[in-house]
Order: sequence, then structure tokens, then C-alpha cells
Amino acid sequence: MSLQVDDLTLYYQTLHGDVKALEGATFSVADGEIMGLAGESGCGKSTLANGLILLKPPMRFVHGSVRLDDEELPVWDTDRMDAFRFRRISIVPQYAMNALNPTRKIGKMTVELLRSRKVDVRSTLPELERRLDLVGLSHEVLGMYPIELSGGMKQRMVMVLSTLLDPSLLMADEITSALDVSTQKAVARMLVEFRDRRFVKSLMVITHDLSILNQIADSILIMYAGRLAEKGSTDRIINAPRHPYTRLLIASLPKVGVRHRQTRLTGIPGSPPFLLHPPVGCRFRERCPAALPECGEEPPFVEIEKGHYVACWRESGTDAEA
Amino acid sequence: MLKLDEVSKVYKVGTFGGRALRAVQDVSFDVQDGEVVSLIGESGSGKSTIGKMILRLISTSSGVISFDGVDVSSLRGGARKEYYRKVQGVFQDPFSSFNPIFKADRVFRIVGQQFFPETAARKWDEKVESSLHAVGLNPEHVLDKFPHQLSGGQLQRFLIARALLLDIRFLVADEIISMLDASTRIDVLNLLADLKARGLSVLFITHDLSLGYYISERAVILYQGSVVEMGSTERIYDNPLHPYTRMLMASVPRLDKKWEQVESELRTRRNELSTGCVYYSRCGMAGKDGGCRTEKPALIEVESDHFVACGCCDQECP
Repeated sequence: MSLQVDDLTLYYQTLHGDVKALEGATFSVADGEIMGLAGESGCGKSTLANGLILLKPPMRFVHGSVRLDDEELPVWDTDRMDAFRFRRISIVPQYAMNALNPTRKIGKMTVELLRSRKVDVRSTLPELERRLDLVGLSHEVLGMYPIELSGGMKQRMVMVLSTLLDPSLLMADEITSALDVSTQKAVARMLVEFRDRRFVKSLMVITHDLSILNQIADSILIMYAGRLAEKGSTDRIINAPRHPYTRLLIASLPKVGVRHRQTRLTGIPGSPPFLLHPPVGCRFRERCPAALPECGEEPPFVEIEKGHYVACWRESGTDAEA
Repeated sequence: MLKLDEVSKVYKVGTFGGRALRAVQDVSFDVQDGEVVSLIGESGSGKSTIGKMILRLISTSSGVISFDGVDVSSLRGGARKEYYRKVQGVFQDPFSSFNPIFKADRVFRIVGQQFFPETAARKWDEKVESSLHAVGLNPEHVLDKFPHQLSGGQLQRFLIARALLLDIRFLVADEIISMLDASTRIDVLNLLADLKARGLSVLFITHDLSLGYYISERAVILYQGSVVEMGSTERIYDNPLHPYTRMLMASVPRLDKKWEQVESELRTRRNELSTGCVYYSRCGMAGKDGGCRTEKPALIEVESDHFVACGCCDQECP
């Protein structure tokens, strides 16, 4: 088991009180697994990723535990996390294109980065060049400023840097959203190749785009308003979703081959609740077409078939009766 | 109704404007009444430049854009204002389309002052409310609010409502849903389709092919400022012919198929297309009756223990 998260709860401190951005997240990512993390903006998916690697104010650790390769991650302690960051757990941040220092040549920035982590630069350099070859970047980029690279090239550069020390877990936060379809495909395939070549043990791919996850992910975790809604294998989530939110979300996506005149797709009416004072019970209740009286209570995140977890009373309720 | 005729746009780039960048090159297409045309291309393909030229936000370098037969670049003063009464645009980022200092409904007031100064205030308010209803917003929930208090989908619909106040006939929709969440995306898309049913024409600029397919009758595929393929959306999607369009189709992440599957399908189709003689494209003798282009010649014995698969050789070999 590569990553094991138990009951992780993270709040944001504001003047008006705590924003309950992530509550009771319990899941695991296996060795070699690519897990997709999907949901609408504000559902807590980036909070989860940032909380695992750099938990800083206004984000506040409330409770929970995180284990990486059977070792406790002190996510609440920014200083102790230094030992893990970049070496064991790494991230390709959202807008990775802006993550490179514009005033430094890329090679110099890389050297500074490695020195700050007390990594021997000379012995790492051949591996860096080998990986640049792999992603199709010439070694000359090391002598260039970030402004001289295109968006796709910067994205690849950041991916190479983030994975240079072969971390156990890599988190990729919305890395394909700002790219063209053809670059998107290339970057997504690169993630799979990094996993296949064991540069990273396992991957968490955070995106709002389910169709990308359908292409590369082994499993998908759907979040809604700070809670986990459903987790299962990619095939089950895309083709046989059980949570009403997942169903509506997938039904609302236009597919190639669907015309407006023949099939009119519908969105999900309403909007997600404010997490400063979230409603009690199931957070999807207000928008859910299948809400039950029980939904006033929070549904547990239970396993309904092997590897398929759902937080919905309709699913767990019927199982309990049967 | 709207017609582009060999429109080009050249940007001067470099420190002293010494180099020329051809953003759009000799693009011609037209949009009929009540039609949605998708303009599809990757970043840098010039699709937004075309949208801006139609809205006269930037000038054309050569070529003519005409609306109802009138060259739009010739419009001045009152005629130009009349043009904006009929043609409007909505852009990608709803948050940057609003001034954060003012309340969001200020955009309606400006339209009222500029275009309908003679309308009484109360009557105008009614018009604003009915146009908000038309885009599926509840006026009570959205009026008198600042932009940050509204969601992206609401703001985007606000902008469409603003365009509707002007009784527009043509809307340039430049990536209007790419910044919206999946669950609200489809509502804005459906709204466009409803407007189309009421006779509005839309130029739907997008890089997402599945959205283009959902809504449009015709599609124009752009690559580096030039049209590489255009026509009925169904035909282009069912049978993409230009290698660039094919590459795009194969790259779209889909929910129903994996990339590998799409790629192999395209390969098979390519093989199916060439049903004739395998040597046809390089054969110096082919093409007399065109038979070997469509029919694969069978292997026949021309003399004892000598077989050939050619439709011509057995008759009159040179």
C-alpha cells in the first residue's frame, strides 16, 4: 500500500470562521496505481493535494493520519515534512507553466533546487539528461530562460523536475486543463510512462475532466463539497456509477456523437453549498433528485462491491437490509 | 448573413515590429441565419483573432467581412452602433469581463443608456428581468450583486443576457464554457441551442471537439490561420479527411472509447478507403478506366506457373 489516508480533515481559517474544505477523507492508493481525483471547482480536490505536501496557513490540520509506504507522514508539521517533500512525495502544481523562476536559466534553477535539497548535482545530471531525452526536450533547454519555452515544453520540464528523485507518490494538479487536445494527450501519456518506468510508484491525477481520467487512470475518486462521494475502478465509475452526483455529472458531459437535436443533455440544477456553514447530512441532498429522509444524516463511505466505495444512503441502506 | 471573404490578419512582431506573423490567412466562410458554426482549432490557430475581427475589436489586414452584404469595416458613427445592436460577443473569462468595483448589473444599465436612452426606467427594468429569465437566471438572486458574489456560470449567462437586450442576430461565443464547471457547462450550451431555435446565429469558437459536435451544424477546422477542413459537422466527424483533423479527432479524450481504440479505428478506416489495387497510387499504367482504383484485381495465372494480381497486364502489357 503506497498511500493510506485516514479520516483526514482540513479547514481554512477565515475571519468568519472555519471553511470546512475537506472532511473525513479516507482512501488508499496502491503501488503502481494511477488514481484520478475529480470534482467541480471548490470540492476540495486541490486542498487534499496541497494538504498532503504543503500544509500552510490559512489551511489548518484538524485531524486524520496519512501513511506513505507504511511510514507516518507528519503533514501537520511543515518542517518535518521537508524530509519527504520532493524525495518521497512530489507535486506538479496547477499552472505548472508559471512554476519556473522567470529570472533564472532553467539549468541554474535546477542546480539550486537540487542543492537546497542537499542532493549531489553531478551524479544526478546524467539522469536528468536521460529524462529530458525521454520527454523529447533537447539538453539546450537547461541554458534557456522559461520564457523561451512553449507551454507544453514548460509543462514537461516541470514534470521531469518533480519526478527527478523518484518519489513514491506524485500528485498532478490540473496539469492538462490549459493545454490543447494534442498536447494534452502527450502529457497524459507521459504520466503513464513515468509510472511504467517506475519513476514514480503511484500517481494522483487531479482534474475536473473525467474523459482524461477515462484514458489514463486505474481508479477514480469523486469528491463533492469537501467529502468523498464515490471511489471505484475507472470502468465502474464511468460505466456504472452509483452515487447520484457521479451519475448526473457523467450524464451532463457531451460526447462525440451526441447532437443537441437528438439528445438534449441536462446539467445539475443548483450549486454546491458554501462550506463555511455546510448543511448537515449529505451535502448533495439539495441538488439530489433521489434524496431520502435519511439524507438528513451524513451517509457513511462504504464499500458496496470490491474496491467500489459510495457515500449514499440509497446504496448503503439497501445493502444493510439485504 | 455574415460572410468572410479571404480575410487575413498580419501582426507585426519583434522588438521594432520588424517581423510579420500571419495569424489568419485567406479565411473564407459564411454563417447563415439561425445557424451555429463551430470554429475549431488549437491555441495559436487564429480562431480568436477571427472572432475579434468580426466584432471589429481589431482590424483586418486584407479581405472583407460583410454582414447582410455590407462591409463591416466601412461602418462609421451611427451605422457602427447599429452593427453592435445586431452583433455581440461573449468571451472566455467571465470574471475579467466585469469591473470588480461595480455591481454586475451595471453592464445592463450601460446598454440601456447607450442604446435605449428613450426607454423609461421601469420598462427597461422589466426588459432586463425578462432577458435574465430567458437565460435561466432568477433576477431576485442575481441583481444588485457584485461579480465576486456570483458564480462563473451565472456571470457568463449575465453576459449572454446583456447581448440579448440588444435584439442581436449574431453572437460570437469565444470559448465561453471552457472556464465553467462540468455541471453548469451544459446549461450554457443548451441556452445557445435555444437561442439558435429563435433565429440567432452563433459563431462558436472552441478547442473542444465534442462541444462543437453537440451544438453546431457546420464546423470550420483551423490550423495556423488557415482553414484545413470545413463542412457539415456530421460529415467531418464521421469521416475526417485532413491529417490534422484526424490527429485532433484521435486526441480528444472520450468517455466511451480509449485513445488506443480510436487510433486503431482510424487506421482501419484508412485501409478501407483504399479498396482498390494496392499499387494504384504509384502505378504508371493505372487510371485508364479507373477500375483498379476501386476494385482490387485478383491473382490470375497469366502463363503456366506465373501469377499476377493486375487488372491491366493480362490484356495488353507493354
